[in-house]
Amino acid sequence: MTENTRRHIFDGPKNIRRVRYVLYTVSGLSLVVELFVKRYVDHPWEALFGFYALFGFVACAILVLVAKELRKVLMRGEDYYDG
Amino acid sequence: MGSVAPFLIFFAAAAIVAVTSGRLRSMVLLATPIVGAANLYLMPADMSVQVPLLDFTLELVRLDRLSLLFGYLFHLAAFLGIVYALHVRDRIEQVAAIIYAGSALGAVFAGDLITLFLFWESLALSSTFLILARRTQRSYRAAMRYLAIQVLSGVILLVGVLMYAKATGSIAFEFIGLQPLDGGLAGPASWLILLAFGIKCAFPFLHNWLTDAYPEATPTGTVFLSAFTTKVAVYALARAFPGTELLVYVGAAMTMFPIFFAVIENDLRRVLSYSLINQIGFMVAGIGIGTALAVNGAISHAFNDVVFKGLLFMSMGAVLHRTGKINGSDLGGLYKSMPVTTTFCIVGAASISAFPLFSGFVSKSMVMAAALEEGHPVVWLALLFASAGVFHHAGIKIPYFAFFAHDSGLKPKEAPPNMLLAMGLAAAISIFNGAYPWVLYEMLPYPVEYAPYTSAHVLTQIQLLFFSALAFVWLQLTGLYPPELPGINIDAEWSYRKALPVAARRITGLAAGVRDVVLRWGRSGLLGIFELILRHSGPEGAMARTRPSGYMALWMTVLLSVFLLLSFL
Repeated sequence: MTENTRRHIFDGPKNIRRVRYVLYTVSGLSLVVELFVKRYVDHPWEALFGFYALFGFVACAILVLVAKELRKVLMRGEDYYDG
Repeated sequence: MGSVAPFLIFFAAAAIVAVTSGRLRSMVLLATPIVGAANLYLMPADMSVQVPLLDFTLELVRLDRLSLLFGYLFHLAAFLGIVYALHVRDRIEQVAAIIYAGSALGAVFAGDLITLFLFWESLALSSTFLILARRTQRSYRAAMRYLAIQVLSGVILLVGVLMYAKATGSIAFEFIGLQPLDGGLAGPASWLILLAFGIKCAFPFLHNWLTDAYPEATPTGTVFLSAFTTKVAVYALARAFPGTELLVYVGAAMTMFPIFFAVIENDLRRVLSYSLINQIGFMVAGIGIGTALAVNGAISHAFNDVVFKGLLFMSMGAVLHRTGKINGSDLGGLYKSMPVTTTFCIVGAASISAFPLFSGFVSKSMVMAAALEEGHPVVWLALLFASAGVFHHAGIKIPYFAFFAHDSGLKPKEAPPNMLLAMGLAAAISIFNGAYPWVLYEMLPYPVEYAPYTSAHVLTQIQLLFFSALAFVWLQLTGLYPPELPGINIDAEWSYRKALPVAARRITGLAAGVRDVVLRWGRSGLLGIFELILRHSGPEGAMARTRPSGYMALWMTVLLSVFLLLSFL
């Protein structure tokens, strides 16, 4: 079976690391670009430097960490409703 | 002329599909939405089909910009679903799917509330067969719960419509709103109609029929389900309750709470079901804001959502079809053997996440801009939070845990060609609408002045999404990210799937105890009475003893002698 022996793009850690570096670079660049883009804002918070970046990061971190805690309250066995 | 009511084409096709098979059936299925769309295109702008019923006149077809857009959308959704399901050899499922799509068309072209009600129930009935078609015990039970709730929504709608008709003398399916009308009755009538719409729209606490039943349907059935029921409800809200402030907050809540469930849910089609509620939340909020910008946003997002959410459900359906598994904890590494499905799934993920050049970007932002314009900054923050969250659970989690993450060892074949074709078409439409939104904008109910591609919008959206992705990477690298675990999460459905049955069992148990005690007492009491009767009147009883007739003559003689003696005294 060639399928099982073929190396795939994310088999080694090298390409996964590359993807991460691209993500870091684009994220950093987006902050740099913000210095040069004149933005029309509807809300005063929008005018803060890096508001969307910070909000995106914090929102996702909060979402996941809160959901993780919720698991303790909400999670049941797969046959919970079958009994 | 020569145009017919759009639902008739689908219902007629369903009859033909029921009696044909093989290639002919496939041809009929494929031709149905194409003929339907052509019929819609040729329909005169003032088309109206009216049928008298008792004292009322039913308007089976009413054409305007809003119904026309949804009409085209549903033809498109039906076509994509049919291509995706072309390999299916299940007559019941195929007939149900066509009737279901036809019912959705009937509902959006309904000009009066009674016609709406008829198609509302027809949607409920036909869609149930898409869940039953999975043919498992689980799907059977889920289908029955689904049907009960859908029919309940219909009954509430009917009561509301009758009260509304009595109070206003009109059954026209137009703006209803929540303001009290003359006669006082329209208040509760409007609330009942809103409640019926709300059930089908998956409002908070009324939403579990969706997350319960959609993941239990067949891989192909869920694709149809995700397109029609909730979008008919969105259409109904847009027609009857635009500008109802309550909906702004209901919508914001709908965008928020499902994403928490989606993050910890293991069944990836259930993740998408929660995500579906999250996307409908944006539409409901937009309808609630009610300005031209907001309603345009809601409607265009409904259009895009049908396509990209359908695409995501298709990609997960392909995984389920090929591997028989759908839990994140069982999947992973499938990109190696299903690269095309993986690519299409990522296009769907980018579209729902509203990446620039993908369809969510040009529609969701209209609702958010309108929220700020109309002075709802808190709602705007909630929508922004939900936008970051949707990227997290639908944009990253779905493709990541199915196709990447750890290698599950599964090496399924690539999805069948018809599935790939449907996914490819949906992906192409998502990219087209994202990159060139003006065709979609042209169809919207109000003229569009909104410009999606400003440098600020593109930049801020990229920041929001990439930093959300950074949070995901950070949580994964530090091990804080919760692993995919087998298990279910309890939700509002706990009330009727656990609390109510347990309470019912307790009450019947208690009642059985009371019955036993009463019976025991009653039985011993009754037995006592019977024994008494038996003792006195039974075969051996004193009352039933037989005596010779001479006794009577003797006693008569005694009596008469006593009488004689007494008379001499």
